[in-house]
Amino acid sequence: MPPKLRIVDLHKRYGHLEVLKGINLEVQWGEKVVLIGPSGAGKSTLLRCINFLEKPSAGHIYLDGELIGERPANGGYAHLGERELAVTRARIGMVFQRFNLFPHLSALENVAIGPYRVLSKTKAESERIAAALIEKVGLGAKANAFPERLSGGQQQRVAIARALAMQPSLMLFDEPTSALDPELIGEVLQVIRQLAAEGMTMLIVTHEVNFAEDVADRVLFVDDGVIVEEGSPQAILRSPQHTRTRSFLRAVLER
Amino acid sequence: MTSDAFAFWRIFFARLPVFLPVLLKGALTTVEITFASLVVAIVLGLLLALLRHARVPILSGLATAYVDLLRAVPVLTTLFIIYFGLAYLGVRLSSFAAAITGLGLLGAAYMAEIHRAGIESIHRGQREAALSLGMTPATAMRYVVLPQAFRVVIPPTANYAIGLLKDTAVVSTVAAPELLFAAKTLVSQTLLPMQIYLLAALVYLSLSLPLARLAHYVEVRLSRGG
Repeated sequence: MPPKLRIVDLHKRYGHLEVLKGINLEVQWGEKVVLIGPSGAGKSTLLRCINFLEKPSAGHIYLDGELIGERPANGGYAHLGERELAVTRARIGMVFQRFNLFPHLSALENVAIGPYRVLSKTKAESERIAAALIEKVGLGAKANAFPERLSGGQQQRVAIARALAMQPSLMLFDEPTSALDPELIGEVLQVIRQLAAEGMTMLIVTHEVNFAEDVADRVLFVDDGVIVEEGSPQAILRSPQHTRTRSFLRAVLER
Repeated sequence: MTSDAFAFWRIFFARLPVFLPVLLKGALTTVEITFASLVVAIVLGLLLALLRHARVPILSGLATAYVDLLRAVPVLTTLFIIYFGLAYLGVRLSSFAAAITGLGLLGAAYMAEIHRAGIESIHRGQREAALSLGMTPATAMRYVVLPQAFRVVIPPTANYAIGLLKDTAVVSTVAAPELLFAAKTLVSQTLLPMQIYLLAALVYLSLSLPLARLAHYVEVRLSRGG
């Protein structure tokens, strides 16, 4: 069976600035990979390239063994158009640091909009799916609330439910708790842990080192656009080999 | 002289029942022209704003050129081109139609900027979240961005509408039978310019003031409603 996700020599440039300098990564089915590293290292950019919110400058990405985001053309490769990208994006769920809930829709409607408008399910069916997922993340009582009435932790849990409503086979978490007040972080991490236990393949960018140790099958330390070191959580977090990894962890853990 | 002044005003008030209906009829046309031009401006303006985002550079270039061009030329010139210019080429529009066309096309340029600002005020993350769910850019625009932009554009649109109501006076120059034209005609018949134009101003006031209050009320409700 091919890996769930395979990234080959990924580069991303913004003008003269190269943010990703050749990333190679394989993620197996059901694997939880956590990315840690300093700001500006390219971790978010990597996630955003996987679901093509950013177009890679070079390199290839394979989902379930198939090339995504581009098609072979004229001896090289051509980027796919937005409509084709949308089909791929529906298979990958993304959770953002700033939640990005739709403020003009209730929590239920936020979760239902994917099935309703993308998967073309009926409104009733979409709301049924949404209600079940909202219940699952512990917010059944708040289904009809609008985002502005929800705490950050609640909003992020709705955002996770919203991504799950599309039944993705891969979930990307871009610093899911970085914008949360400390006391709200736990409830979100709990939902992610539960999802992990259910076998979801995940790529998580986080600063929560304890959480990483808990949930990750593999930890990658990313700095300056490259994967500096990777290994089991224990190996990376407790006995890092590279000086850069060590100084980063020292700085993070001292906080 | 004083007795003349009194006679003057006495005649005016005596003939008021005749003047007022004429002006009010003109006012009705003013409202019709305002409303019709507004609809054209809002719809065409939205189309132009969306074209700015078009993938095809020619389309977005054209939309930008349209907006810049129409805002750079005085409305009277545009109006004269439509009414007199087209007539010269054999296309005869009624002054009513010319008024709506001219004000509508110009209004579209202003509304395009209002719509654009509204759309751009919606945080980028909204569009990214929508795309991440697998929505196409068109679906994202329709169900996520535009519904939010709608609330943002209401106050500036209301302000534009109030301005438009008063700017319709300019179409009197192409003999559209609106309020100012009715007033001009009445003045040429009665030779009472001060009284009639003042009366016309009062009618304009009675139209635009309530509209301004309504716009303010809507703005407050929108900002409070969240």
